[in-house]
Amino acid sequence: MKIKQEAQERHVLTIMVDNEAGILAKIAGLFTARGYNIDSLTVADITDGHDVSRITIVTHGPPAIIDQIHAQLERLVPVHKVTDLTEVGPYVERELALIKVSGKGENRVEALRLADVFRAKVVDTTTSSFIFELTGSPDKIDSFVGLMKELGLVEVGRTGIVGMIRGASAA
Amino acid sequence: MKTERSGAEILVESLVAKGVEFVFGYPGGAVLPIYDALFGDDRIRHILVRHEAGAAHAAEGYARATGKPGVVLVTSGPGATNAVTGIADAFMDSIPMVVITGQVPTALIGSDAFQEADTIGITRHCTKHNYLVKDPSQLAGIIDEAFRIATEGRPGPVVIDIPKDVQIAQAAWSQVAPQQRNRYNPQVEAPADDIAQAVEMIAAAKAPILYTGGGVINSGPEATRLLRELQKLTGAPVTSTLMGLGAFPADDPAWLGMLGMHGTYESNMAMNRSDLIVCVGARFDDRVTGRLDAFAPNSKKIHIDIDRASINKTVPVDLPLIGDCAKVLAQIIEGWLETGRTKADLTEWNARVDGWKARQSLAYPRRKAGEIMPQFAIERLYALTKDKDPVISTEVGQHQMWAAQYFHFMKPNKWLTSGGLGTMGYGLPAAIGAQLGNPDSLVIDIAGDASIQMNIQELGTATQYRLPVKVFILNNEWMGMVRQWQQLTYESRYSNSYSDSLPDFVKLAEAYGWKGIRIEDESQLDAGIQAMIDHDGPVIVDCLVAKEANCFPMIPSGAAHTDMILYGDEVAGTMDDEAKALV
Ligand SMILES: Cc1ncc(C[n+]2csc(CCOP(=O)(O)OP(=O)(O)O)c2C)c(N)n1
Ligand SMILES: [Mg+2]
Repeated sequence: MKIKQEAQERHVLTIMVDNEAGILAKIAGLFTARGYNIDSLTVADITDGHDVSRITIVTHGPPAIIDQIHAQLERLVPVHKVTDLTEVGPYVERELALIKVSGKGENRVEALRLADVFRAKVVDTTTSSFIFELTGSPDKIDSFVGLMKELGLVEVGRTGIVGMIRGASAA
Repeated sequence: MKTERSGAEILVESLVAKGVEFVFGYPGGAVLPIYDALFGDDRIRHILVRHEAGAAHAAEGYARATGKPGVVLVTSGPGATNAVTGIADAFMDSIPMVVITGQVPTALIGSDAFQEADTIGITRHCTKHNYLVKDPSQLAGIIDEAFRIATEGRPGPVVIDIPKDVQIAQAAWSQVAPQQRNRYNPQVEAPADDIAQAVEMIAAAKAPILYTGGGVINSGPEATRLLRELQKLTGAPVTSTLMGLGAFPADDPAWLGMLGMHGTYESNMAMNRSDLIVCVGARFDDRVTGRLDAFAPNSKKIHIDIDRASINKTVPVDLPLIGDCAKVLAQIIEGWLETGRTKADLTEWNARVDGWKARQSLAYPRRKAGEIMPQFAIERLYALTKDKDPVISTEVGQHQMWAAQYFHFMKPNKWLTSGGLGTMGYGLPAAIGAQLGNPDSLVIDIAGDASIQMNIQELGTATQYRLPVKVFILNNEWMGMVRQWQQLTYESRYSNSYSDSLPDFVKLAEAYGWKGIRIEDESQLDAGIQAMIDHDGPVIVDCLVAKEANCFPMIPSGAAHTDMILYGDEVAGTMDDEAKALV
């Protein structure tokens, strides 16, 4: 007997939640308990009173599962609103990455040149290394990291994305 | 009037304010302040169980039989973990329940303190919501919200974990109800356009069926009434899940019996061949659908459910109506009447249904003289008790299915069973809770020889509170349901399913101060049942039944509704891995 696989879609969800203890565990746990995927998750409180947080989750799965994820999230008491940006679109998604590269001579010059092309900022430097800060779509970060692999990539830290609907109104 | 009260006192006052009559509980170190606050307070009756699982199931039974939320009180650590099965059970079956758990003092949380368990973490995914209370001034508001969450929308269990210091610390308390947070507002009515479309679909159907579930019971007596009305207006036949039995009267000609794995042939065939399924408060559970790709292939589907997450979860539907069953049924009926609809001509459909009924799928073979067929025992139990309008609870196994098939229910809240989780040991404590809520009713736990041992200690609870609960054991000396599956799918290799070393249930009854009756032969059956009914106190009936009887009809796992096994009784065999892998 073989386990069957279904076609997958990538979706970006934003979730507004009461900023109460355990809410993150509840949401992350919902994904594990029901076998859903989390590709990235970001969270930070966004109100003056620190009582509401905005979570952005990137997930993938068959369309019916994406719909279930949406419904299951909305069922949680502290969840105010769930927006499937991929569904509602068009939307912007941005991620921040810190990328450490070490090298001397040609490689160092080339790394700096490419950083300029990608509009990455240098946030730390020694005579043999840089830390670049790069913001952009996950694709853009992927390709920058790919190029740095040839030039002395040491480590990468990524935040996971935050997303927002384009245009004047809120999601 | 504002005064200072301890957290424990605020808890008790809040429970009283919520109209709580009974608390099912068990004391321990981390709830001593609450037990002290309860001491001598006669506004709430504390029912001392013998195991915390018993407390949770008793609260479930009380809730299911009365429509009111059940309340549980247990200590930290093992008290809370013992209650988890009952909490998970209530979550699966949408039973309103509020569980108060003690916790180690705030300062010790996370230090692996004595009897510390991460109750919030453990119950996170088997509760509708849970709270760790860190400040007694928040208690009243939390309890208020907890009862709303437990009872509104799709009901379910809510856990409130209260550290011991929070029970002792003082906070301002006022008689005025706390301000509602108002963040939980489930949708209860469906949009008018969708209702109009539903009416249109029902009126156009040539082969409609009403597929009803526990949601109708949860919604309350009005939903039951409206279901009957909608059936009268449309003429559609009615089937129900295990959880929904009693919502529609079993003596109505439109009643097809239960559907699903052990449902009747007519209900499963009618589902499969229908052109419209109106699902009312049911959730297309795998025990109901059988093989998904063969489930009701030619029907349109309307799904009424208060839980949006139940829609399209396993079966895609054409028209979801999110809302409370009673409200949405009322909307549909109103739409039907306003647009002057009349019953469609269902003569042909009814004739087909009658054809399936004629197969008599609940017929069972007679065995050797004197031997009691378990189905027959249930039929006699029904015949001799039906005038008393009894409340029936069950354990889990063949006896549960036989009870669902051969005991017939005319009203809601009379049938208490663990459907979603299938928890052996549910029936006895549930019967105790139901009896407390209905002191004058005849309450019977239809049990199996194996299941009854899972919470047998609760016999003592019934004795203590003078509850005349009856336990009717269909004793086949096997974990019959397991044995049946092994017979059908594992070539009768009966691995660990024999009920060895059974106690003498009659003596056990007597040891607990109950009456014990043994029925060994068909000739003793009626007299034994009558003696049970007539005894003004708790009774165990040990009814020795045919040991290897099987529960049919049955849709084997991995099969479609149309592939039922009917009175197959002697089937043995094996299955391929795909079928075995299905639960
Ligand atoms: C707590 C729990 N453990 C295991 C099971 C699996 N199980 C389902 S039915 C059954 C056998 C029940 O035997 P008995 O109570 O004698 O009922 P019978 O089927 O013989 O009527 C078992 C072990 C379960 N449902 N619940
Ligand atoms: Mg048995």
